[in-house]
Order: sequence, then C-alpha cells, then structure tokens
Amino acid sequence: MLFRYRGREGMLAWAFHRISGVAIWLFLVLHVLDIYLVGAAPELYDTFLVVYATPPGIVMEWLLGAAVLYHALNGLRITIMDFWPSLSRYHRQMWYANWLLFAAIGIPVTIVIAGQLARSLGVSQ
Amino acid sequence: MGGSYSRSGRMKPGGSGFEVGIWYLMRLTGIGLFVLVLAHYLILHVIHDPAEQNAEWIQEMRWSSTFWRSFDWLLLTLVQFHAFVGMRTVVSDYSRGGLRTLLLSAIYLLGFVLFVLGTVVVMTLPNVVPAA
Repeated sequence: MLFRYRGREGMLAWAFHRISGVAIWLFLVLHVLDIYLVGAAPELYDTFLVVYATPPGIVMEWLLGAAVLYHALNGLRITIMDFWPSLSRYHRQMWYANWLLFAAIGIPVTIVIAGQLARSLGVSQ
Repeated sequence: MGGSYSRSGRMKPGGSGFEVGIWYLMRLTGIGLFVLVLAHYLILHVIHDPAEQNAEWIQEMRWSSTFWRSFDWLLLTLVQFHAFVGMRTVVSDYSRGGLRTLLLSAIYLLGFVLFVLGTVVVMTLPNVVPAA
C-alpha cells in the first residue's frame, strides 16, 4: 500500500488528506456535542460560543476552514480519478488546480475572517 | 495495478461485497458533503459572524425553518458516516489485533452516540417563531 503513495505530489496529497480528515473529525466530535447543548443547556452553549469567538478561537475557525476546503477539493480529485481511472494520468495537474481553487476561495474567506478577528480584538467597531 | 488504480485514493476493494459498498458510499457521501459542508461554512462562518450565533439565534433564526433543520440533519447523517468510516480506515492502518478491535469499537460507539445526540437536538428543539 505504501509503495502506491510513495513520492512527490501524490504522497503529499494523501498525507494532507489524512491529516485534515482526522483534524476535521476531532472538531466534528466537539461540534456535535456543543450543538446538543443548544437544547440541553443553552447557557452552557453560549459559554462555548464566547470561547469560539476569542482571537485563538477565530484562528482555529480559520484553520478548520482551510482543512475542510483542502479535504473537499482533494476528495473531489480522488473521486474523479476513481470513477474515471484514465484521468489518473493528470493527477499532478489536478492537484495544482486544487491549490489554485484553494487560493481563489481561501483568500476572500480569509479577508472576512480577518474582519471577525479584528472585531474580537476591538480593533474595529 | 489494474483498471481501478488511482494515484491518491484508497484502492477499490475487489469483489462485490460489503467493502466495495463502503468504498462507493465514501465517495458518494463525499460528493454530498462537498456541497453541504462548504455551504454550511460559507453561510455560518463567512456570511454570518459566528459570534452572533448564540443558542437563541439558532433557535429563532436558524431552526425556525424546516428547510434548515432538514439540511442540518442530512449534513449530520452524511458527515457521521463519512467521518467515522474514514476514522475506521485510519485506525485499521495503524493498529492490529486487540487494540484495533478496542479502538474500532470505541469509534463506532462514539459515532452512534453523536448521531443520536445530534438527531435529538435538531428534531426536538421547540420551534420558536422569531420576534418581528
């Protein structure tokens, strides 16, 4: 199995996919529990929200978005190659296309989240 | 290296059994989640500031709509399947024997409990008509 993934872009794409997947899973466990509190203990949920809205919480939110976006784009690339194996020939070009889309979507999102960070720091409004 | 060879994805298992079904469901839930998760993040982290979304906001603004409750429950269902089957692959790659059995049992139990908790809250939180 490992031989299949050895080397260069293909291996990095796989490693990033696995790392981002496990990171998203960790947040998912926390997030389902915090949303459960909306019904079970709303004031406790609001306490969670205050922590999420601190500057470190907003940086984590931004990193979560990056992990989700990478995992989504690379997952689509894997699915395309699995369903149309002949396209595997272009796996490297598709991975670079992923990064172009990642930047095209990620940069505007980063600007918006930087605004949230500025508000939490009291820099604006 | 047969016809099912791909460079980054998990190789499609042979035969037509349970593991092939899992392999297809990971890809189909992945396509669904591509739309649902990115829409979820775009709406709740980019268009709306998460700092505003306290329990009251969720009850009065978000979950006063059957559409968004259904959306969130579908998201919960697909993401629980995809995340916990993904963790099953990761755990199986790095553990053996009794430890693997123990970790996989814990993963399945946690996934089931989270699915139940999420379903309970999205389906039973009282519907509040938002204040005008």
